[in-house]
Amino acid sequence: MIIISRHLYRAVDAGAGHLALCGRGNYLMTTFDIAGAVNALELHDVSKRFKKKRNEYSDALKGVSLTVKRGEVLGILGPNGSGKSTLVRVMSTLTLPDTGSVRIFGVDAVEHPRVVQRYINRVSVEASFFKKMSSMENLIFGAKLYGVTDRESRPRIKGILEDIGFDYARVNEPMEHLSRGMQQKIALARAMLTSPMLMLLDEPTTGLDPRSKKDVQKLIRSIRQSHDSSILLCTHDMGEAEELCDRIGILLNGELIAVDTADGLKRRYQQDGRLPSLEEVFMAATGTSLEDAEFAEELKDEAKPEAAREREAEEVGVA
Amino acid sequence: MQSLTAPSVKSNWTRELVAIWGYAQRNYFLTKRYFAWEVVWLVYSTMNALTIGFIGVGFGTSPEQANRMTTFLLIGTLIWSYLSMIFDLLSETVSWERWEGTIEYTFMSPASRITQLIGMGVYAIGYGIARTIIMFGAISLFFDMSLGNANYLAALGILGICSISLVGFGMVAAVMPLLSPEKGQQVTSIFTAVLLLISGIYYQVDVLPGWLQPLANISPVYYALDGIRATLLDGASFSSQWDNIWPLLVMGLIFPPLGVWLFQRGEMFAKRTGRLKRTG
Repeated sequence: MIIISRHLYRAVDAGAGHLALCGRGNYLMTTFDIAGAVNALELHDVSKRFKKKRNEYSDALKGVSLTVKRGEVLGILGPNGSGKSTLVRVMSTLTLPDTGSVRIFGVDAVEHPRVVQRYINRVSVEASFFKKMSSMENLIFGAKLYGVTDRESRPRIKGILEDIGFDYARVNEPMEHLSRGMQQKIALARAMLTSPMLMLLDEPTTGLDPRSKKDVQKLIRSIRQSHDSSILLCTHDMGEAEELCDRIGILLNGELIAVDTADGLKRRYQQDGRLPSLEEVFMAATGTSLEDAEFAEELKDEAKPEAAREREAEEVGVA
Repeated sequence: MQSLTAPSVKSNWTRELVAIWGYAQRNYFLTKRYFAWEVVWLVYSTMNALTIGFIGVGFGTSPEQANRMTTFLLIGTLIWSYLSMIFDLLSETVSWERWEGTIEYTFMSPASRITQLIGMGVYAIGYGIARTIIMFGAISLFFDMSLGNANYLAALGILGICSISLVGFGMVAAVMPLLSPEKGQQVTSIFTAVLLLISGIYYQVDVLPGWLQPLANISPVYYALDGIRATLLDGASFSSQWDNIWPLLVMGLIFPPLGVWLFQRGEMFAKRTGRLKRTG
């Protein structure tokens, strides 16, 4: 799989999951046969370091290797500041890794970001919309960035919103009038609209009320059951990880310290013949509870003088 | 659940054209949603133009001289309003997305950066033209401008060429917020201020200090204003303005590709340093 020319190429049959890049004239043909890829995502030895200030660096990811098989839901558990969002940004082609490789359906995401971007979409903890624009306007815009026209997107938007239980009568209201839960449903709809084969979900239920949380989780389950979609779900909700994920990885201080099924992790850390809960597994693996790890992270942040926090926001990209 | 039906097969060119339309349409949606603010800024700009126009009315020893001065000032005001609008919209490409929190979604979509910048440019030109026409209509009610000999077609031609180089200039400036999330946008405001100073918008460039005058030669606004004033005030032909047109053509050829190239380099830098995120 070699790219001969980056110029004058044409993508065909993208929807069917088979992307061919055809050169014109004397350009040679290169084909990305993603239909044959066994793994949706492969990370090998990925590291990312950010500069905090002069001669001070922060390791956001340290040699992370993981695989998400086609159709699999892989959960990543970790407290705030563990590197989850940096991991998702690296997979989303938004951050370049310092070392290691990222392959999505076998295609190198660093070398060919625009090829893999067609196959991925993302839902993050913040719904991230144009707040004054309506859901319909935001969704139409989001779809157009993936080449989906108004005529194609409008009926699909209606179908998706009906599926996810969004009151269609409110589709023309500005986003800022909608609750967080409703905004998050629209965020999922935006991702689904582009038919991603790999969904990156970065704490999609954080901060939602219990009802909205259940709705979003139900939606994730239905995406997984009905479609050939692979999912990477970053969360710090143990119950959510256990319920939705085939395998779970534990990320702490940028290191992936364990990856296994929930039962496998429990067996690995069982003591006295009793299977521990996932929370206990997390404590055994990391030496701290999720709450404590988050609390320590918050304290660390609060201890910084305001000027330092502002400078970091300006200079640093650590998630 | 029908939601993950694959989209129809399209060529890359078609996808990019759809995305260009997407950016232009999104900006239209935003203009519509912020309509009250649009009206406020339009009224403010029109009042500002009127204020500058009235400076000309009280100028000179004869009504003809005052009339010519008023027209000179108003042409400068209107053209600056149009061109600075293009520049501002383009240069805010990144900061706008960051402010709304959508930057990560936009930059991880498969639409290319060229597409994004072209989409922004298309909207900026359309929006700028509509806004300038409204301002011109309002101003015409207050002043009797000396446009009897005006060669409107030649003026539009020069304005069109200048718009392309300004879009490119805006693309160059748009890279700043990628390099530094906060300070970058401040730098683009300095760009605008320097253009305002050196381009001869309200005065002839030769009134500037000698050391400052050569800077006008790198401003597309300077050539555009010089040419447009000649065509509107004196009825000069398009071809007679070749001295103003060729620098605009050269800038139109250089700035857009340079802007795209710099923007792509800026994007890579932001991806390496982790600046491509919503906060900052």
